[in-house]
Amino acid sequence: MTPAQTTRLDRPGLAPGLPLWRRLLLSEYLVLFLTVVYVAGMALIVPEILAADTWRDILAAMIPLLIVAIGQMFVLVVAGIDLSATSVLAFSSVLGAAVITMDGGPLVGMPAFLVVAVGILAFMAVGGAVGAFNGACTTRFNMPPFIVTLTTMMFFSGAAIWVTTLLTDDGSSIGSLPREFVFIGQGRVFELPFSLLIALAVGLLAHVALSHSLFGRWLFAIGINPNAAAVSGVPVRRTMFWAYVISGACAGLAAVIYTARLETGTPVLGQRILLDVVGAAVIGGVSLFGGKAKVLWVVFGALFLTVVDKGLQLLGLSLAGVFAIKGGVILLAAIVDAQRQRLKGRG
Amino acid sequence: MFQKQVQAPVQAPLLAVRGLCKSFFGVQVLHDVGFELAPGRALGLIGENGSGKSTTMNILGGIHQPDRGEMVLDGQPYRPKGPKDAEAAGIAFIHQELNLFKNLSIEENLFIGGFPKLVRGLPFIDRRKVRTRAKELLAAIDLDLDPATLVSRLSQGERQLVEIAKALGSDARIVIFDEPTTSLTARETERLFGQIQRLKGRGIAIVYISHILSDVMRLTDDIVVLRDGHVVATAPTRQMTVDKLITSMVGRTIDQIYPPRASRPREGQPVLEVEKLTQPGMIKDVSFQVRQGEVVGISGLMGSGRSEMARILFGLDPYASGRILVDGQPLERPTPEVAMARGIAFLTEDRRAEGLMMDGPIADNLALPSLPNFAGGFGRLIERTRLGDAVERTGRDVQVNARDFVQTLVKNLSGGNQQKVVIGKWLLRSPRLFILDEPTRGIDVGAKYEVYKIINELAGQGTGVLVISSEIEELIGICDRILVMSHGEIRAGYDRAKFDRERIMRSAMWDSVTKGGR
Repeated sequence: MTPAQTTRLDRPGLAPGLPLWRRLLLSEYLVLFLTVVYVAGMALIVPEILAADTWRDILAAMIPLLIVAIGQMFVLVVAGIDLSATSVLAFSSVLGAAVITMDGGPLVGMPAFLVVAVGILAFMAVGGAVGAFNGACTTRFNMPPFIVTLTTMMFFSGAAIWVTTLLTDDGSSIGSLPREFVFIGQGRVFELPFSLLIALAVGLLAHVALSHSLFGRWLFAIGINPNAAAVSGVPVRRTMFWAYVISGACAGLAAVIYTARLETGTPVLGQRILLDVVGAAVIGGVSLFGGKAKVLWVVFGALFLTVVDKGLQLLGLSLAGVFAIKGGVILLAAIVDAQRQRLKGRG
Repeated sequence: MFQKQVQAPVQAPLLAVRGLCKSFFGVQVLHDVGFELAPGRALGLIGENGSGKSTTMNILGGIHQPDRGEMVLDGQPYRPKGPKDAEAAGIAFIHQELNLFKNLSIEENLFIGGFPKLVRGLPFIDRRKVRTRAKELLAAIDLDLDPATLVSRLSQGERQLVEIAKALGSDARIVIFDEPTTSLTARETERLFGQIQRLKGRGIAIVYISHILSDVMRLTDDIVVLRDGHVVATAPTRQMTVDKLITSMVGRTIDQIYPPRASRPREGQPVLEVEKLTQPGMIKDVSFQVRQGEVVGISGLMGSGRSEMARILFGLDPYASGRILVDGQPLERPTPEVAMARGIAFLTEDRRAEGLMMDGPIADNLALPSLPNFAGGFGRLIERTRLGDAVERTGRDVQVNARDFVQTLVKNLSGGNQQKVVIGKWLLRSPRLFILDEPTRGIDVGAKYEVYKIINELAGQGTGVLVISSEIEELIGICDRILVMSHGEIRAGYDRAKFDRERIMRSAMWDSVTKGGR
């Protein structure tokens, strides 16, 4: 076996001349295969998993998750991690909703398209700002990203609730969002959810940025060897900083979709999806060690997790049960990732 | 100051090493190396970098196994399979970088290999016994410290002594010192030497490896000189002089190792001008020029400031004062980005850690520094075809031996080919000035020749080249001019017509020669 065949994971398809299980393990479509197997298995017990309605639910649940996970991927490529993504969801949901609410908000009386445009920008700006803070701490002060984003997660989860109590009487949520904004979460274009179009756009942009731009090449270089990157003239700190900003902004955009769906800005948004965000990326094959990522992998990962989730729900498992099994599945993915590294190491 | 003690009478050897041969990847690095160690005597082992000292010691320590040859310890064959065997045989190493756990106390470090237990077989440490034994050991080396002190709070010299105490504690009969004084102050050095004399007094055999020849002359009873894996001299120390040592260390003829280089008159504009460049603790008042098409070598020992200077020039480390001019224009507070924009390229001495993305393919490595030149327009998208062509061309130019640059990962290449990738990635930028720090470290003779050829051709095209190397031979073979650094300063400069191995070595060992050479 030549090293080149086993060591290039981002090569589509299967490397010939290897045992099937190894080829499968090393294939970038592994997760997609697993999803199909899972659905086929589930269909024997709960046939509803094949119903159109089920898939509509899966798609709806997957879209915002995918957007956050794509943002997360940019941080994972440089061997970082962004745990704050979920609190960014909540925080930007509250602040963004406060900007566009028709119930005494600052934009009352403005034309609808302007409100929506400003609204989306506000959501993303809040997310981007938190990301900028994370990025500044990790790159300027050399703090471990785990600690930085863990603390910002705690801080902004709290801040979201606090801001809500300041802005509302009952302290629970901010409603009265304009109809045009709600359309983002609930509307359909040519029978497709509007949010799907957003997700497609994000995916395409992210793919171009990651795989075809200077910025993307720099991200990979930093992920593989930050010292070599620095000696080769890569602006390591600046590049890493922007990775965190992108992660935050993506979470802000996902908050737009969640908020528009619920028609309210709420600080409890996305509290439980942290595991799913990191999980989707890692299950897809994005390496926690940095230097390995692809948008398509994240799509597969998000799909797999959402399908697993839905299947377990159809089985009638309690939330606790779903959680436990999902945790196990993510652990399994991490083990597979480690095995892939080992197999590649043998090259 | 201490006086040299009466030398122990020569006894039957404690350890006899005979006919050691060792090859790595088909390159033979040791040829029939042999020497003897006697109880209570100190053996000095000297040689240039790459002469085989470390390999010999690694074989003694069980890290490598010899291809041929034998070692006899106390009349018994000694064939260590690993460091554990060496330790059990009573051989202790005291390395340049010490192997102490800084976060633990002195006593914990002393017994880390096996604590005395309260009850045999149970994991309860007999703290009281640890304390008394530690006190005894520290007293034996005159180190007046509380055994509970954390090692992180000790000076380099004190740590060195703790290592010696550890060797005593493990009943070592042979103690090997590898460049023990490089990070010690003069007083600490004296103290260490005193302890080494006491170790000899206890009948322990010493192997002392150092570049500081005056120390070797003072401390040892016998000296073995290695060159290119051969023992070229073995003699009692009193028959040696620093001069003789230097001559036998470097004496070699230059065959067809280097591509021909004609001596050329000084012409061309200076590409690099350095004026009184200073960074405290690293370099001091460094001034020199590199002209277009000129190959300038920097010679010096490890820690002489040669690599530090290169890193400063490339913007990886700061400098306190002085000036750097590139093509006559000042280069102020450079970063690698700025230095590269001015046409500087830099091959680092550690290609695995800083030169390459080992886990990346050849093509990505070649492309990395040039990516901005291939990213245009909105979003700075990479022009893949143009980049791919350029990468392919450069890779072939420097003769990287691989079929497919996109598929083959750098980590699967030989050292020589890896180095060609590093050179290639900079050539892709057509540098005005190429700084190469140890360009041939760890690569075989054939690959070396190719590297020299590339340097030669590059200079022929008008690029200024600055080569840093610990191998004087190499600099003599490829440079137009050699500057010698020692203790952060440039001590001497020689033009090609006046190249002389011994004089260069003498300048590099400036303090040995002036301090105490005979």
